[in-house]
Amino acid sequence: MTLLKRGLTRRRVLQTGMAGIIGSGVAPLMFTKGAWAQEFCNNPTGDTVTLGFVMPLTGAYADEGADQQRAFLLAVEHLNGEGDGGLLPTFSSKALKGNGILGKKVAYVTGDDQTKSDAGRDAARRMIERDGAIMISGASSSGVAIAEQALCQEMGVIYMAGLTHSNDTTGKDKKRYGFRHFFNAYQSGTAIAPVLGEAYGKDRRAYHLTSDYTWGWTQEESIKNATEAMGWETVAAVRTPVGAGDFSQYITPVLNSGADVLILNHYGFDGVNSLTQAVQFGLRDRQANGKDFQIVLPLVSDLMAQGAGEAIKGIYGTANWDWQLDDAASGAFTRSFGAKYGQPPSQIAQTSYVQALLYADAVERAGTFYPPEVIKALEGFEFDGMGNGQTLYRAEDHQCLKEVLVVQGRENPSTTFDVLQTVQKVGRDVADYDASIFEGELGPYDAALCA
Amino acid sequence: METILAQLLNGLDKGGAYALIALGLTLVFGTLGVVNFAHGALFMLGAFCAVAFRQFITYETVTLDPTKLSPWGAPLEIKTPMAQIWFGDFGAVLINWSVPISILLAIPVMLVIGIVMERGLIKHFYKRAHMDQILVTFGLAIVLQEVVKAIFGANPISQPMPVELRGSADIGAMLGLTPGMVTYPIWRLIYFLFSASIIGAVFAFLRLTTFGMVVRAGMADRETVGILGINIDRRFTIMFGLAAVVAGLAGVMYTPLVPPNYHLGMDFLVLSFVVVVVGGMGSLPGAVAAGFLLGILQSFASMTEIKAIIPGIDQIIIYLVAVVILLVRPRGLLGRRGVMET
Repeated sequence: MTLLKRGLTRRRVLQTGMAGIIGSGVAPLMFTKGAWAQEFCNNPTGDTVTLGFVMPLTGAYADEGADQQRAFLLAVEHLNGEGDGGLLPTFSSKALKGNGILGKKVAYVTGDDQTKSDAGRDAARRMIERDGAIMISGASSSGVAIAEQALCQEMGVIYMAGLTHSNDTTGKDKKRYGFRHFFNAYQSGTAIAPVLGEAYGKDRRAYHLTSDYTWGWTQEESIKNATEAMGWETVAAVRTPVGAGDFSQYITPVLNSGADVLILNHYGFDGVNSLTQAVQFGLRDRQANGKDFQIVLPLVSDLMAQGAGEAIKGIYGTANWDWQLDDAASGAFTRSFGAKYGQPPSQIAQTSYVQALLYADAVERAGTFYPPEVIKALEGFEFDGMGNGQTLYRAEDHQCLKEVLVVQGRENPSTTFDVLQTVQKVGRDVADYDASIFEGELGPYDAALCA
Repeated sequence: METILAQLLNGLDKGGAYALIALGLTLVFGTLGVVNFAHGALFMLGAFCAVAFRQFITYETVTLDPTKLSPWGAPLEIKTPMAQIWFGDFGAVLINWSVPISILLAIPVMLVIGIVMERGLIKHFYKRAHMDQILVTFGLAIVLQEVVKAIFGANPISQPMPVELRGSADIGAMLGLTPGMVTYPIWRLIYFLFSASIIGAVFAFLRLTTFGMVVRAGMADRETVGILGINIDRRFTIMFGLAAVVAGLAGVMYTPLVPPNYHLGMDFLVLSFVVVVVGGMGSLPGAVAAGFLLGILQSFASMTEIKAIIPGIDQIIIYLVAVVILLVRPRGLLGRRGVMET
């Protein structure tokens, strides 16, 4: 039974065939599920396309997450041509037709990130692997957003970040597959420092209480740099655990620290709790260094202001957007959201809604769901009609450049929603900065196969 | 001086909560010999008595005002609490003072919950190993918190304190120091005084009443008291109910300080066990002393000067002290010989 006599044996044919397959590098693809059916992760082949929305429905930022979910559902409705169309008519790009994305009806899956990075990453992974999500959006904590963004880069799925304000999201942790519409801590510092200087003077001593994670650290650094540059001194910067609840043990040392301003680098329920507790401690009734003691909440939202009640009155902060802005797009979004949910949208609702639309629009303009082409459609994209004025998705770091609002707690709100007033719109040219001041690399465009 | 006084006040106020929970935990352990991991859940249930009461009296009717429009073009909604419709100005007073008033609701509710918990579940585990007790009570705690989550949702629910008690008191000026240097929130001072009163009342009950005397005798020698014809089990059941009331009241009064959520009990549970271990298993004065001691230490560890030397010390100080105490005094500060020892 030699080869010469009997020709190739069955075993020999199999061996040679397998060697050829392995040698040509096809084997890894052969054993990858659906490899022949798609050339990138979760290429939608049916008549629907699935988007994955991950939000903090529990945990320290749960209020924000609930509003984020409302906004995502509204965006899906409008993308599918239902409801009043929201921002589709005001959006400067006219690629969206209200017939889904590239003619496919938009479906969605949602998940709770619990305001925790690991839970957010798990939820996003589940949506990509099990539910076939082509895009992930969400998070209202920078820690969560950065974790999800890194996962999406690995798996080749575009990530449209929700509320993330840490410099690191589009700084040292930026990713090619990650995009941020929300502004950042550096821009907050640039925007708020001149207003604080004018309101409280340039000879102030500040005490920072800071959430102990990436967002808190970068906001503390940015606000410190901006206020020190105009003459303020930083007395102390103390880190507090996220979700601490009771901040009294951190507030009592402020009383006799020699500081005359307390800067709360806290967000969500933490911001509400630390602000109300600081006011309960009588800080705003105090005099220090011959001046009235002041409290600043550099990043504030309507939801926090409503939660803080009386304590928010007169407090300065910055915001990405406010439902009371008088442009046509802000009005359209507020009407659309208010009619559906009976309350005005918060800034996280606006940024999340806009991110969903921007992704869909980029796919339409690219004419494909293929992520590298969609990324190129978003990079350097200049648009208007979304409520933030003329906006640029900067190609170098995927940070949106637009107006930043300096807001203040209203002294006499006319309704329960009318709690913040915009005291200054800081122009895009002022809020702009050189992307290279932060480290980090975007990484490759290469499409991955969900792995 | 001012800084130390402020931190001391903060420690007393924190310690009050720790001591109240640890006191109830020790009462249960000392009488029934049960390690009750559901005790934190009782603190949480007390807090939700206050939440439920407020939600009941602030239930609103909605009327539409067609003359005014919301920013989204719908007629403006005018919401009025039912209590105000029914009782007028008194309704407004009820809402304003809802937290202190809900104590009246919490006492019977927590007493019933405690007794039902003991008779329905825990009594079946008296003769079982401590590990079994821990497992069953921990499971019970999870069930209770999931029930609360299902009813009230997962998010913290704010409980405003009465308007009249929202300010701060100038403690420094009262003590002859520079006015305005040591101010402290009135509600936190009330919480400390409330804790001290409850602790005093529990001790007085145990020391000055016949019922308390029998319970103390039962704690020392259960069999002998039983042989004397006293139904010690019934008294211990009542003590379990009392411990639930103490934990519940601590929870009610805590709600204006930190908005409660379903997880509140778990947040306090581990801490309370550390307090009990540091104080000495089964020792009521030990639990109270350790509660205040650890509260004060935690407060001082949060001082900027201390954190500058040892970063993060505020997060670990309680556990660090527990380790040291257990190494130096294995029975805790005031622990008795033979308790949880083989």
